[in-house]
Amino acid sequence: MELWSLLQDLLFDYTLRTVALGAAVLGIVSGSLGSFAVLRRQSLLGDAMSHAALPGIVIAFILTRSKFSLVLLLGALVAGWLATLLMTAIVRYTRVKQDSALGLVLSIFFGFGLVLLTYVQRIPDANQAGLNSYLFGQAAALLQRDVLAMAVLGSAALVLMGLFWKEFKLLSFDPVFGASLGFPMRLVDTLLTTTLVIAIVVGLQAVGVVLMSAMVVAPAAAARQWTDRLSIMVLLAALFGALAGVIGALISSSGSGLATGPTIVLVVSAIVTISIFLAPNRGLLWRWIVRRRNRRRLRVEAVLADLYTLATQHENRYHAHDAVVIRTMRAGQGGVAHTLDILQERGLVRKEDESRWALTPDGFREAQRITADMQE
Amino acid sequence: MSLTQIEIQLIATVVAVACALPGVFLVLRSMAMMSDAISHTVLLGIVIGFFIVEDINSPLLIAGAAVMGLITVSLVELLNRTRLVQEDAAIGLVFPALFSLAVILISRFAGDVHLDSDAVLLGELAFAPFDRLVIAGSDVGPVALYTMTGVLLLNLTFILIFYKELKLATFDAALAAALGFSPGLIHYGLMGLVSITAVGAFDTVGSILVVALMIAPPVSAYLLTDRLTTMLGLSAVFAAIGAITGYWVAHWLDANIAGSMAMMLGLIFGVVFLFAPERGMVALAQRRARQKWEFAQAALTIHLLNHEGTPAAAQENRVEHLSHHLRWQPPFAAEVVQRAQRHGLVERHNGYLALTDDGRQLARETLMLAT
Amino acid sequence: MEEKHAAIEVADLTVAYQEKPVLWDVDMYVPEGILMAIVGPNGAGKTTLIKAIMGLIQPAAGQISIYGKPFREQRGLVGYVPQRGSVDWDFPTNVLDVVMMGRYGRLGWIRRPGREEERLALEALEKVGMARYSERQISQLSGGQQQRVFLARALVQEAQIYFMDEPFQGVDATTERAIITLLKELSAANKTVVAVHHDLQTVPEYFDYVTLLNVRCIASGPVEQVFSEENLRATYGGRVAFLTAAGNGAEQVEPAATTAGHGAI
Repeated sequence: MELWSLLQDLLFDYTLRTVALGAAVLGIVSGSLGSFAVLRRQSLLGDAMSHAALPGIVIAFILTRSKFSLVLLLGALVAGWLATLLMTAIVRYTRVKQDSALGLVLSIFFGFGLVLLTYVQRIPDANQAGLNSYLFGQAAALLQRDVLAMAVLGSAALVLMGLFWKEFKLLSFDPVFGASLGFPMRLVDTLLTTTLVIAIVVGLQAVGVVLMSAMVVAPAAAARQWTDRLSIMVLLAALFGALAGVIGALISSSGSGLATGPTIVLVVSAIVTISIFLAPNRGLLWRWIVRRRNRRRLRVEAVLADLYTLATQHENRYHAHDAVVIRTMRAGQGGVAHTLDILQERGLVRKEDESRWALTPDGFREAQRITADMQE
Repeated sequence: MSLTQIEIQLIATVVAVACALPGVFLVLRSMAMMSDAISHTVLLGIVIGFFIVEDINSPLLIAGAAVMGLITVSLVELLNRTRLVQEDAAIGLVFPALFSLAVILISRFAGDVHLDSDAVLLGELAFAPFDRLVIAGSDVGPVALYTMTGVLLLNLTFILIFYKELKLATFDAALAAALGFSPGLIHYGLMGLVSITAVGAFDTVGSILVVALMIAPPVSAYLLTDRLTTMLGLSAVFAAIGAITGYWVAHWLDANIAGSMAMMLGLIFGVVFLFAPERGMVALAQRRARQKWEFAQAALTIHLLNHEGTPAAAQENRVEHLSHHLRWQPPFAAEVVQRAQRHGLVERHNGYLALTDDGRQLARETLMLAT
Repeated sequence: MEEKHAAIEVADLTVAYQEKPVLWDVDMYVPEGILMAIVGPNGAGKTTLIKAIMGLIQPAAGQISIYGKPFREQRGLVGYVPQRGSVDWDFPTNVLDVVMMGRYGRLGWIRRPGREEERLALEALEKVGMARYSERQISQLSGGQQQRVFLARALVQEAQIYFMDEPFQGVDATTERAIITLLKELSAANKTVVAVHHDLQTVPEYFDYVTLLNVRCIASGPVEQVFSEENLRATYGGRVAFLTAAGNGAEQVEPAATTAGHGAI
């Protein structure tokens, strides 16, 4: 019943619909483009770009006195882009490493933005609420035209990604080979970076400067666990991003009083945690099960091999041997009785009496195969 | 200058220097972004600590925060060790999650306490002097000044005592381990220090600008010196300059002080980045310009040496063929030949170039150095 | 002097990284259809040399021509096998996809690979004995298999000249044999291969030509002419020990102090 009314609200309630749409756009764009950032080990670039966008937003406001989000987002775009250029220059021309350059540019741009922001607040008519929402995000305050601006920018980024899919893949996997094919890889890099800046800027108003980077990293990191294909990874990341965005935005705008940014981030972090534990093949739980199964297989094979050794030393290969002997050969590793039971179930050994065990013909063949494998 | 103004500048300077010292090691150990992570997650430590002791002024909160800093570091390492995500992604996953949790806990359960997320992010240095330390009825100064002086002294002591170990673990972790110092212990000690510093500082400057204070001064110093002691000293000086100029710029603009400090530190870095004597952009450009000619002359002598006495020499060593063979623009080639002649490296015999003894020696030495 | 077409001609090539020169005045002549090894100690500029020829690094001086024309006009004639360790093998993609990347240059901007590219890629995989791994995720490949995937990717480039950076680095015996067979096939089809190589012992067996490089070109030419003890000494300095110096001792040359990363075990 509640779900049904929520669905109804989603479709017919203006605010809720706007918020959900905005959050979905944000999740799709940052999830898909974040995939490339994560694969290129530039996860923290998003962090730097989003913080660096702050002065751009404020300057755009000072210049135009407009709170129309497309204008402010363009300001953010320019600032985020400049920050990236500056970081690249610092790393290229000095001995300062990537991580320091990131931290430096991130915090200094943000500090500059803060100075501007506090300065602007003294200007009459500059209702600070609009600008302040860029810090932690204010999904509930999204207007339809904000969502439209997000959708326009976001689609531009997605179209670029679609057009240059092949080139972006090449850049992420093997840029030197790409250059040898004649693609100007620096240009491709600039293109991809531009789309990433767009993706971040799109989410700023809803999630905020501080936590936007999580929307770049988390959906992609979660998606990576479920698939080994880039295309599916990007689709999944978009899906996870949208899901987290919508759920988070709905929780936050449903009167719970929770800030949007943190709520969305917690939802997406939950998705990451689930993925890391439960994803097939790569997930921790999966790996744990496989390791357990392997260990059991090894134990079974070892006991079988021991019986085989005993059998070959005896003139009758199907002669029964005492479990104590096998236990000694296993050097007290335990579980011998249990392992023998498993082997008996498979028809590889046979229980002669209370304590003595012998190989069956099947068991002998199997043991022969295993020992041959071991010696290889 | 009023007393309050002096107190603010004092606090700002102490905070900045206290942050810059551990920052040096973060920069040198390529862990700068860990400061970003820790400065955010210590908030969760404070919140949890507050829920336990229910006193916002309890020193236990700082302990809680330091522990949370260490937990952040280990979580990142743990996540990284699963090999399911890269290290940078691990940082980017852990700290937003913990920080978000903290913000939500605050807004949900501690709304009426002096802990709001804006203050945590941005800090407000201007209010720091209003919180006074009163001992036996007499006002001895702002609390923040005492706590941050304590943090500064702690950092100084740690660095002084473990200077040798820190240096070794930073520049040669393998050797440190072989000599019996535990790099892990030093690492976690340093991270604990960063956490404590971050807690102390973010009350005044906010968690994001803690990063500026920790990273910007050491990075600037890093472009000026190769010595660790000098780097520590320079970082402290830059931090202090940034703090005081930052204060006055903020005062003049009526803007956020911490932001303005970060801005001034950025300015200092900008100046160093451009004008550092050896590693600055200007010096680099000058050196490149000078080396371009030196390099071209060496290339010319080596070219001549390689073809000396071979049948192709007649072809290769003609002045007008040089630009063709070496793919040099003719004016550039002419200039190089002229310079080489002036330096007595080559001689010109009716249209052919021949090496002098000096030229031959330069070519040989250059090749020798290169191999 | 030129009985055969010159596939590659390098003259007076000087390359500098930042301000440090890495190659000084290198001359190299590569006839069409031969297999050439580039050998030299670590830091000799071997990788730099092939990267400079392919225009991946801007040279400070000198000229390079591919079949008599500048590289830029001849890019389509060149295939490249980078070092296996240069990419992240945990990248989410499969073998077929990686091999198809070899066609991207022909496709140009924006156009996507289609059925034709897939066919060529499968064909190339067949040639390197990897056809049944086409759907395999690349992180599940062994070192030798990774190398063969890279070779297949170069094959679909349908080039005349192949540059290979340490193709034998850390591969198993099967792969080493497969690569050799492939190299001989390429050579028989009049293709030219220039490979950075580490294992001095196999040079005479695997290659026709050799370039001995140590920042400058010590010698370059047919193996039987230039792969001499004297030249090797000049290349490696005192770092090469010779088991026997008698006669045509090149095959007994053994790098005593091979620094990191020598070829197959």
